[in-house]
Amino acid sequence: MLYATIFLNAALQKGFPMHEWALAEAIISSVSQIAEKEGLKEVKEVKIKVGELQQVEIDILEFALSELKMGKLKNAKFIVETVKAELRCRVCGEKWVFSKNELDEEKTEAIHFVPETVHAYIKCPRCGSPDFEILQGRGVWLESVRGVK
Amino acid sequence: MLDPRENIINKRLERVKHIIAVSSGKGGVGKSLVASTLALTLARKNFGVGLFDADFTGPSTHLILGVKDVKPKEEKGIIPAQVHGLKYVSIVAYSKENTLPLRGVDASNALIELFAATIWEDLDFLIIDMPPGISDATLDVIRLVKGIKFLIVTTPSMLAFETVKKLLKLLAELKVPVLGVIENMKINESKFIRQNVTDMGFHFLGWLPFDLKVEDSLGDINALLETDFAKRLAETISKILF
Repeated sequence: MLYATIFLNAALQKGFPMHEWALAEAIISSVSQIAEKEGLKEVKEVKIKVGELQQVEIDILEFALSELKMGKLKNAKFIVETVKAELRCRVCGEKWVFSKNELDEEKTEAIHFVPETVHAYIKCPRCGSPDFEILQGRGVWLESVRGVK
Repeated sequence: MLDPRENIINKRLERVKHIIAVSSGKGGVGKSLVASTLALTLARKNFGVGLFDADFTGPSTHLILGVKDVKPKEEKGIIPAQVHGLKYVSIVAYSKENTLPLRGVDASNALIELFAATIWEDLDFLIIDMPPGISDATLDVIRLVKGIKFLIVTTPSMLAFETVKKLLKLLAELKVPVLGVIENMKINESKFIRQNVTDMGFHFLGWLPFDLKVEDSLGDINALLETDFAKRLAETISKILF
């Protein structure tokens, strides 16, 4: 916990966006609702997939989750898996993997907040079309929730 | 796999008393002008007001409001920018001057992302400037935003009203509250819109003139609020909102 706090402060000083907190709140809210609906007494494990397009800071997300979990989720273990952001051009069929290194900080930050703005900043490397789909790795998804009934 | 964002949307909006989608179905009828002027008018009446430009591929409220840097703050989510007494969110903060070509699924995802992450806190009114069309954004706000009400804008043209009629039918079928219909850019005495709206069982709120001064006032909110268009809009909405 101490380590996480120190990291968070360092992250804030470096100006990392805090969108992670909003995402963590959404995850906690969804898991709580699932636990209620499924009649779980206690949530043991939550698997989350995080797409690389949104460039979520995993440490900050995990810290926020640990701060926000309570009640049935108090002892839950959050397993976060990152997924490469795979894009496919709808015009020529080219597939490629998103890399934030090709973009400046302002653009990567925009994509962090609203991943769809990627369509304003990236084009198909083969034919130059902005008409591509995000096959996987866009944002944050709940993969599974395991608990005790 | 479950998208956790949808779950948090109503929590984000729980301290907003009235959520009003300014919509039409048809493009070019003046939705953004009505939405922006409505928001400014309410703010001048000392209500807490938010304006959310949900037209991601054709945002224009920033031009009406005359704001160049609309960047929201980041603190455990997105804190709307303060603009002329409004809490303001537009995709322009992220897409800048660039073209943002989005298919329906992408527009839908962006809308959910901004609803899930924006911390509006206490508001009397959140005005949403909807994109044209009866597609993803319309269906998403109906599905995801509890208590949303629609304010419909049309022009006197039967071409515009043909689509507006379809939106009204959809909202009636889905039992979504409609505050009423505003006829914008009125140029003659025709009662076509009033009659048709009333016949459909909806509230005809009134008409706004085709006001040449509006174009010259873009970017200057004081000039905008002095136009006949804005004064008449204030009068029209006062019957239902304050």
